[in-house]
Amino acid sequence: MTATEIIFLLFAAVAVGSALLAMTTKQLVHSALWLVVTLGAVAGCFVLMTAEFVAWVQVLVYVGSVVVLVIFALMLTRQQSTISAEVTGNRWTAAVLGLVAAVGLGATVVSGFHGERIEGHKIGTAHSIGKALFKEWVLPFEILSGVLLAALIGAIVISRSGSER
Amino acid sequence: MPLLYPLVLSAALFGIGLYGVLARRNAVLMLLGVEIMLNAVNLNLVAFDAWFADKIHTGQVLTLFTITLAAAEIGLGLAIVLALFRAVRTVDVDEVGADT
Repeated sequence: MTATEIIFLLFAAVAVGSALLAMTTKQLVHSALWLVVTLGAVAGCFVLMTAEFVAWVQVLVYVGSVVVLVIFALMLTRQQSTISAEVTGNRWTAAVLGLVAAVGLGATVVSGFHGERIEGHKIGTAHSIGKALFKEWVLPFEILSGVLLAALIGAIVISRSGSER
Repeated sequence: MPLLYPLVLSAALFGIGLYGVLARRNAVLMLLGVEIMLNAVNLNLVAFDAWFADKIHTGQVLTLFTITLAAAEIGLGLAIVLALFRAVRTVDVDEVGADT
């Protein structure tokens, strides 16, 4: 077992543990902060899989903006009477479904990709990703910027129409 | 590194995210579950990209697209949750369901 694998397994353990805590803790803001740990650990896994540019985008977009948005939303929707139980009554159904999904997916990938190895010859630097993005993926990239613009305008419209009422 | 490590990690994260979406009562925290599930998908894409040693980096470019879509999704989702909060003064999905 190489050093890369050991570090990857450590990051994986951190990611799974903090994701579990984020989904089960009763403190709302703690949940968002545990999500930061999860996303950071996944970014570490990206680096170990030679995707360094994607890892930095993950840190910038997720940890930098998505979590900040979530914390703002949590504070704006803070209620006078805190919700007594943070999980719904059907939590056991949800737990069983989540477990079935994880085990099913896990069994599928184990049976399908047993013994395959990642060699890591092609490193995803900003240079190579940028070249791929603007040589091969220009049209999806432009369409995606249109989607993002539409989504953000939609978010502004939804927020404004609520305040006029 | 065995390809199975990232794939099994992503399956576990997907299950945890699914549990969060179904079990959380706070609508904002349901969106957090969706984010964890999207991250599991990203992990799969990057792992297969590294496994194929793809010349045009399909998996990593698609991961960038997914991250952008996740940002758009969380922006719209939080706007809808805030509008819901203004309308009914709660983000508890059980209570919102019981009102209608």
